[in-house]
Amino acid sequence: MSLYAQQVDTGVTQVQTNDEMSPEERAFQARIDAGIRIEPKDWMPEAYRKTLIRQISQHAHSEIVGQLPEGNWITRAPTLKRKTILLAKVQDEAGHGLYLYGAAETLGVTRDQLYADLLSGKLKYSSIFNYPTVSWADVGAIGWLVDGAAIMNQIPLCRCSFGPYVRAMTRICKEEAFHARQGYDLMMALCRGTEAQKQMAQDALNRWWWPSLMMFGPPDSDSVHSAQSMQWKIKLFSNDELRQRFIDQTVPQAEYLGLTIPDPALRWNEECGHYDIGPIDWEEFNSILRGNGPCNRDRLRVRTQAWEDGAWFRDALTAHAEKEALRKAETEKAA
Amino acid sequence: MNEWPLWEVFIRSQHGLAHKHVGSLHAPDAEMAINHARDVYTRRNEGVSIWVVKASDIVASSPGDKEPLFEPANNKVYRHPTFFPMPKEVKNL
Repeated sequence: MSLYAQQVDTGVTQVQTNDEMSPEERAFQARIDAGIRIEPKDWMPEAYRKTLIRQISQHAHSEIVGQLPEGNWITRAPTLKRKTILLAKVQDEAGHGLYLYGAAETLGVTRDQLYADLLSGKLKYSSIFNYPTVSWADVGAIGWLVDGAAIMNQIPLCRCSFGPYVRAMTRICKEEAFHARQGYDLMMALCRGTEAQKQMAQDALNRWWWPSLMMFGPPDSDSVHSAQSMQWKIKLFSNDELRQRFIDQTVPQAEYLGLTIPDPALRWNEECGHYDIGPIDWEEFNSILRGNGPCNRDRLRVRTQAWEDGAWFRDALTAHAEKEALRKAETEKAA
Repeated sequence: MNEWPLWEVFIRSQHGLAHKHVGSLHAPDAEMAINHARDVYTRRNEGVSIWVVKASDIVASSPGDKEPLFEPANNKVYRHPTFFPMPKEVKNL
């Protein structure tokens, strides 16, 4: 699975035609076509519900696991200013995960189940978070490229068909703009620094460029579930369309930094008004999806440990709440 | 362990405005729900006041009742000021 909305199994092999739909399904589709949002208590096809649960929870898991690569640098940030910025950003990622879990739960799945499915590996998170953050420049590259690609994916979702998802995405997009800017700001600082610092920024771009392009998911020709998701308006643009927009906006940003995009085939195509790129190594992408990325096992190990280490604290909060409730009941009885 | 109850969170963004629903969260009790709501929903000065309500305490109308509930208002156009066209010569109405 890839990022967010870009590759989610819809459980269908082909899109239903209007004739094949039941009257309920037809009314549902008509409502979506008219741009009227679906709310949790409204009737919806089971496949729509299941696809959305998968899509939103995968997205939530990505936010939660996405804290780890950057969390790696909190204690080693070069200045107090950068440290407080990074702390705020990582805290935002936790918040984004929570907004999205909340949206998924409105579809009738429990938080504990969602979390158990992440830890068991049953539900995926974005492949991008299985790469390591080996230098401080990676924090900048993630904000600039990974969050930049995420924004590209997420802005259309602010107009998708499911109300709670729309509301969560609207909040998230507002906060993501800070993430992308602080990343670019960090890259600017490095690129205006010593030769070694600039080299560090270039090295980070070299390693994060291709994985960022892969975040948009496989080429449209291989994307089997897109048509159904588009009909349901839980995906609004194709993978290749969004990827191209990201490339077109990012290349000039790299030029401003004085960095080189690691693609010898990259060139401006005057005729179509876009950048052409070289071939993407989808074998690497698929290998990470199969669990063979540099950090797959480590990410889940750390999440599982955090969940287990927090058990005593969750238990204590529950015990305190129960004790307080009992005390209150006794006071009321005595009164 | 049973899951912590779900709380719906309402935030007043400025004095003078109503509290508005912003989302939900899990917490063992009301006090923790307020603490979590502060962290999750007001990281950028979004609020001056927080309400939390246990989701199970909210009574909602059902989508199936939409017609009987809201249909009666549909044919009462005279409740809107635009139902009464005013002559151009008449001002301030």
